Amino acid sequence: MWSWVLHRITGVGIYFFLLVHILDTALVRVSPEAYNAVIAQYKNPIMGLGELALVAAIGFHALNGLRIILIDFTGFGTRHQKAMFYIVLALWVVLLLGFAPRHLMHVFGGA
Amino acid sequence: MTDNAATAIDNPRSTVVRRRKGVNWEKWGWVYMRASGVLLVVLIFGHLFVNLFAGEGVTQLDFGFVAGKWASSFWQWYDFLLLWFALVHGSNGIRTIINDYSTPPTGTGIRWLLTPHGIMKTALVVSTVVLLTLGTLVIFTFDPCPAGSPADLLPSFCSVAR
Repeated sequence: MWSWVLHRITGVGIYFFLLVHILDTALVRVSPEAYNAVIAQYKNPIMGLGELALVAAIGFHALNGLRIILIDFTGFGTRHQKAMFYIVLALWVVLLLGFAPRHLMHVFGGA
Repeated sequence: MTDNAATAIDNPRSTVVRRRKGVNWEKWGWVYMRASGVLLVVLIFGHLFVNLFAGEGVTQLDFGFVAGKWASSFWQWYDFLLLWFALVHGSNGIRTIINDYSTPPTGTGIRWLLTPHGIMKTALVVSTVVLLTLGTLVIFTFDPCPAGSPADLLPSFCSVAR
């Protein structure tokens, strides 16, 4: 059940970021100044932590989505769905250990 | 099919399969979520790697960075696929959630529209269509060297071309 709840919450969160992200990217069609002004906001520390949360949400949604596909299409996946949930969590931690330090250095490292 | 004792399911009382006429859209939506999901894992992790991990990560992002990418039709089509697959996948997910938590009204037309369910569904369709149109136009009408912009905000190849 928790995998289902987390899949929904991360899905909705990613969706609303996507709406904003399409709009902010559309500013390249307005002017370089307008785009750069908005993208500069993504580089401040609060947004930097937000990007870490975004990548965490995407990472979970992606890994758990692959787990759902294995459950739906293979007998192996159905039998081992619980074990696969722990594998999803383990891979998710590995993913974030790879991403978080590098990203936080970019955000807090003073350019 | 596996014959595991724990997952075995009894045969239904009737073995007659009833089929509704027409296309089973709900089934194809279900298939789409899984097919596009696999594709999006590749597209989004590629997108995150190039834009947020490689190089200087988030600090490298500016107009020049985007212009450098979209000068190549590879990245235009990459982002086009990303836009369509991600937004349709997300919108269909939101549609599922709206169906789960709000009761579809019994009325039709304006009596359907002026309900929480109708308003949310309409807003979802309108925002999806608007953003797909906007995003597609932005990608393919993009000018990496807009006239009159300061050269230091533009990719380096703009000054060479002129």
